[in-house]
Amino acid sequence: MSGHAIELILSRQLADCLSVPVFIVDPKGNLLFYNTPAEQVLGKKFEDTGQMSVGDWGTSFNPHDEEGNPIPPEGLPLVQTIKTELPAHRTFWINSLENKSTRISVTSIPIIGRSEVFSGAMAIFWDNELHL
Amino acid sequence: MRVKLHGTRGAYPTSSVENQKFGGNTPCIEIIAGNDRMILDAGTGILGVDFEDGYTGERIDIFLTHLHMDHVQGLAFCKPLFNPNKEVHIWGPGGSCEPLQTRLNRFLSPPLFPIPLRDIPSKLIIHELSETSFTFGKFQISTEFISHPGPTLGFRVQYGSKILAYLPDHEPVIGKDHLYPEDEWVSGFGLALNADLLIHDSQYSIKEYGSKVGWGHSSLEMAAEFCSRVNAKHLVMFHHDPAHSDTERTRMFQEFNRSSEYTFPIELAIQGQEIEVGG
Repeated sequence: MSGHAIELILSRQLADCLSVPVFIVDPKGNLLFYNTPAEQVLGKKFEDTGQMSVGDWGTSFNPHDEEGNPIPPEGLPLVQTIKTELPAHRTFWINSLENKSTRISVTSIPIIGRSEVFSGAMAIFWDNELHL
Repeated sequence: MRVKLHGTRGAYPTSSVENQKFGGNTPCIEIIAGNDRMILDAGTGILGVDFEDGYTGERIDIFLTHLHMDHVQGLAFCKPLFNPNKEVHIWGPGGSCEPLQTRLNRFLSPPLFPIPLRDIPSKLIIHELSETSFTFGKFQISTEFISHPGPTLGFRVQYGSKILAYLPDHEPVIGKDHLYPEDEWVSGFGLALNADLLIHDSQYSIKEYGSKVGWGHSSLEMAAEFCSRVNAKHLVMFHHDPAHSDTERTRMFQEFNRSSEYTFPIELAIQGQEIEVGG
């Protein structure tokens, strides 16, 4: 078997060290890894779920706009980056585990390593109500 | 398929009398199978390759894992480069903003070296490698980028049914005590899977590693855990720290052996040693 590309492996290692939620997906949008802070967003532990399809993770944190209208997966920065292979950014709302609507900003970047192959993307979530 | 270890030392060459047992030359190994030969890395160990024996043709191939000085410093004094009748092929990692030739030229040019690369008498042919598999003579070679600062390739070389994995500079997980539990998240996993012989970085003791996280090297313990995970059959611990005397390195290895329960053979690389892969 072949493992993940080194740039994905090192992205996971970076995510492991960060205190903000980080999601890493493959070129098909499958969620390959999310760190411990991201487990608070998804309400699931990576150890329990392993990889997840975009259909499973894209709606699980109930992304919505200011009026409460749901945002479909294709409106999420990470999914946009998968389609365009370009960075994306958006501020929107998600429901926390306590069902509180929280305003967050998400930035996603494409992961393209030394082989110049698009290996996937990484998204960082920022809780705008936290002042770290 | 046989492997000759011409240089086993990491970082810089040492001629200290206290380093003679494991050798003082920096990384270079030679793979010999019938009439087929290939050289991996061009540390000062390459000066020990007998180019008069087995290299009767005009072509010589040198494969570089990366361009850190300890892996290229023998290149400048490698005799075939100065023989106009030789065709020297240097294969090394791409994946940089600069071509491999430009990067090599930084070292092989004044003021660091008297002769610029373009004036080297042999016919020099540079090949950039990425993540790929290809046939070279009777060898099947696979390369992947692995975890080490700067573009660094690991090599998997297969001859018939025998497999050698060469990852001389490798930190498969950074700052953790153990590898990730999922195989696909382990750097170099596919390269070394089921290898008959794994030559792997093991520069530090586990205590030293704690203060050298991210430097791109492994402890003895991590090298053995990696070997076990990839189900390699034989581990040669490579890239000895030049600051370690033979006595210290031996003591370190004995301590490691006392606390490990691996069943595959593990040994410290010795300069000049020849190993039959799968033998």
